[in-house]
Amino acid sequence: MKDKLVKNEAGRWVPLEINGEPVIPYQGVGKYIPLGNKYAPPLPSCALFPSDGNKVTTSLKDALVKAGLCDGMTISTHHHLRDGDFVANRIFDIAHDMGIRNLRWFPSASFPCHNHLIPYLEDGTISHIEGSMNGPLGEFTSQGRMKKTAVLRSHGGRTQAIQDGEVKIDIAVVAAPAADPFGNANGLTGPSATGVLSYADMDVRYATHVIVVTDNLVSFPCLPMQIEGNYVDSVVTVDKLGLPEKIIGGTTQITRSPDRLIIAEMTARFCEYTGIIYDGCVVQAGAGGISLAIAEYMHQIMKRNGWKIRVGFGGTTRFMTGMLLDGTMEYILDGQVFDTESIRSLNENRNHIPFTINNIYNYHSKGNFAQFIDMVSLGATEIDVHFNGNVVTHSDGLLLHGIGGWQNCLFAKNTIIALPLFRDRIPVIVDEVTTLCGPGELIDVIVTERGIAINPLRTDLLEKVKGSGLPVKTIHELKEEAEAICGKPDKPRFTDKIVAAIKWVDGTVIDVVRQVADN
Amino acid sequence: MEGTSGNRGPSVRSDCYVAITPMAAGGIVTEIKSKTHVLFGRHIENLVREVLLSFGLEHARVEVEDAGTLPWAMAARMEAALKQVFPAPKEFLPPELPQNRRETARDRQRRSRLYLPGDQPKLMINAGLYGADGIILDLEDSVAPSRKEDARYLVRNALRNNDFHGAELMVRINQLPDGLEDLRFVVPQPLNLILIPKCESASEVKAVDDRIAELNPDPSRKIWLMPIIESALGVLRAFEIASASENVVALAIGLEDYTADIGAERSSEGLESFYARSALVNAARAAGIQPIDSVFSGFENLDELRAVATRSKAMGFEGMGCIHPAQIAVIHECFNPGEKEIAKAKKIVMAFEAAEKAGIGVIALGSKMIDAPVVKRALRTIRLAEQNGLLNPKWRESDEG
Repeated sequence: MKDKLVKNEAGRWVPLEINGEPVIPYQGVGKYIPLGNKYAPPLPSCALFPSDGNKVTTSLKDALVKAGLCDGMTISTHHHLRDGDFVANRIFDIAHDMGIRNLRWFPSASFPCHNHLIPYLEDGTISHIEGSMNGPLGEFTSQGRMKKTAVLRSHGGRTQAIQDGEVKIDIAVVAAPAADPFGNANGLTGPSATGVLSYADMDVRYATHVIVVTDNLVSFPCLPMQIEGNYVDSVVTVDKLGLPEKIIGGTTQITRSPDRLIIAEMTARFCEYTGIIYDGCVVQAGAGGISLAIAEYMHQIMKRNGWKIRVGFGGTTRFMTGMLLDGTMEYILDGQVFDTESIRSLNENRNHIPFTINNIYNYHSKGNFAQFIDMVSLGATEIDVHFNGNVVTHSDGLLLHGIGGWQNCLFAKNTIIALPLFRDRIPVIVDEVTTLCGPGELIDVIVTERGIAINPLRTDLLEKVKGSGLPVKTIHELKEEAEAICGKPDKPRFTDKIVAAIKWVDGTVIDVVRQVADN
Repeated sequence: MEGTSGNRGPSVRSDCYVAITPMAAGGIVTEIKSKTHVLFGRHIENLVREVLLSFGLEHARVEVEDAGTLPWAMAARMEAALKQVFPAPKEFLPPELPQNRRETARDRQRRSRLYLPGDQPKLMINAGLYGADGIILDLEDSVAPSRKEDARYLVRNALRNNDFHGAELMVRINQLPDGLEDLRFVVPQPLNLILIPKCESASEVKAVDDRIAELNPDPSRKIWLMPIIESALGVLRAFEIASASENVVALAIGLEDYTADIGAERSSEGLESFYARSALVNAARAAGIQPIDSVFSGFENLDELRAVATRSKAMGFEGMGCIHPAQIAVIHECFNPGEKEIAKAKKIVMAFEAAEKAGIGVIALGSKMIDAPVVKRALRTIRLAEQNGLLNPKWRESDEG
């Protein structure tokens, strides 16, 4: 690729072109205002579809052929099947058998089960991934082995890219735990129930062809219609969408790690003392070990004070549904579900409602839900002394994680990064993040087991925390403490080759990942 | 000949495996595999050389398999491996943290003491953050016989270089005579208290006390003793053990071994050990020291722990052992003075202070006469309440006002 680099507003050197397409360097938070119109897929006509509404096609291969699968297409899939996904792998098995090449895979996230696709990345069936690259897929990318440059986006950035026409999806394949022959579908029932299909919603509206794959075909109408059959080209039945035990964990567990519990307890105390949480607040919970424990401590705070959370945004777990049941939370708005109890709740509780990723996170829309959130707790692989955050690469330079909803959540009123000060000798607070994923101006508080650092921009929190007895330190003090324990780490070495671009929520390029040198 | 120390394998974290083979020539040849090689490979290489050269070992093959080990633990592993094949009287000591070296008071509160196996560095790193009054680096029962020597180096280095955030630093040595050799490793380091396990006689206490006096580089520095009574004979001799040295500050009971010794099954109600525990409280109080209860081993069941700890306090114990950090908060909650207890103590202390001011020898609260031990207990309750944030130290002003 032509590596004409410019320094973006965050001080990172980024290209003006990725995979031959022009891109816009990051301009600052809220600075890039898009022009033009939304992208639209070609117009369909019902005259071209069976009048009885039966779109069932004999096999996934037939459906892909009918959709015109050919070289260079963009195929989108969604991660609600998580590490139990059979569908995405099957698509590329078929493409490989057909000799198709240079496909762009556009998943909402990838999991270890997708390591199955590495040979297809090697032989050119798949030219590159735009989405997330976890574990071995990330390592593969970091070693410069992907044919083209990978692109990482947040969940909201993914909907923005679809809407803006940055990524035009040729074929969207939606794994549906329940569907009717017309293509109406939901995630609520069946052997592979996932609760919601929030990540697929945008693709269905914007893709040229939509294939619904189900292992639970019900007769019309499949209700509620989380996916509207009007957008769907064909319906395919398969024996199994995936491995149920890897799609949804039976029960989510709070971490037993005493270190993580200290961090969670301190985070909750901080939020109560500084008034970040209050009667009627809006919170976002995650399913990570520390997030779950924070949710449980917040639950106790709500009960003790007689408070209610007005809305909890999911990632839903039984810890949130428990609050819904005992009245400490009024509503759950749900983008993804992590356990069977949450699926039960979605089916039975009218105050537990699915939302679409477009509605909560798309930055190019008329408002931003994420800004209503009073408190969100997130993780990171690195935070630097300017409060900039990295979630995609480790300190040794390897790409190992996707962005997920992390960038989108930074717009919450109070963004707290809760994490251990060091992990297996590797300090988390560094002079400069290896890869910039989120600008420090949006990160308010860092909570570690050894102390809390508040962003100097948040003079209000610095004032409110006084007298709390909480161990408030500067971010430099935390960094020095970690280095006194671990030693000051060396830096990884990179080649000049750009292996992945990191998009900001507005589609601009905030940073790039370079190939790791043989260290 | 190869000297080895440590652990390797996919589940190992914050620890390493070291193998050292001295050679006739060829310098120091390293083979280092580390999860953190990009960030710390050079540091590990340097540490290998520094340790080996400090012992004068100039030719050796060294294999290190590292899963994010902190430098003090890695140095301990190296020294343990090296000394198996290259005996040397020298030590390789990591820097001593000034915050670890602090004296503790004889009657310091000892509600909780967290046991940490002496050969597991991973568990030591954050141990000081959990808030236990004391931390026990254990060389005895939680360390397998084949790991005893490794544990001595790890515990020594941890006492020097791992920040325990103000917890009282305790080491449980092995039963004598091995325990006397353990002392050589730990007494010169930052250390507050030695636990003497399976103690059955005053002479054992004296042997430990004498050995500490020989090894203690600063005779004015106090190293306290806490004998653990774990047998029928020990219970019968509890008072002579408790009063064997002025450095004995507490007497603990170990119920796993005690119940086995008397031929009983340990229960959470503890009827089988009621006599022993009561006798121990009595002996400790008679000797003017703290009676400390055993550990509760069902660490998953915090409700049962709460019941056990509540009964323990009611019997007169001042604290318990912990085998998991989650137990600490529950134990503190149970051994802290309760609201009623504080309210009563406040009244007694006020009456006592008023009587003193007025020069009256007899203290009365309402129609009741108050005796000296009751006043003493009330003063202790107030002190504990103030220390643990349960009572504002300025309570006299607000109460009188």
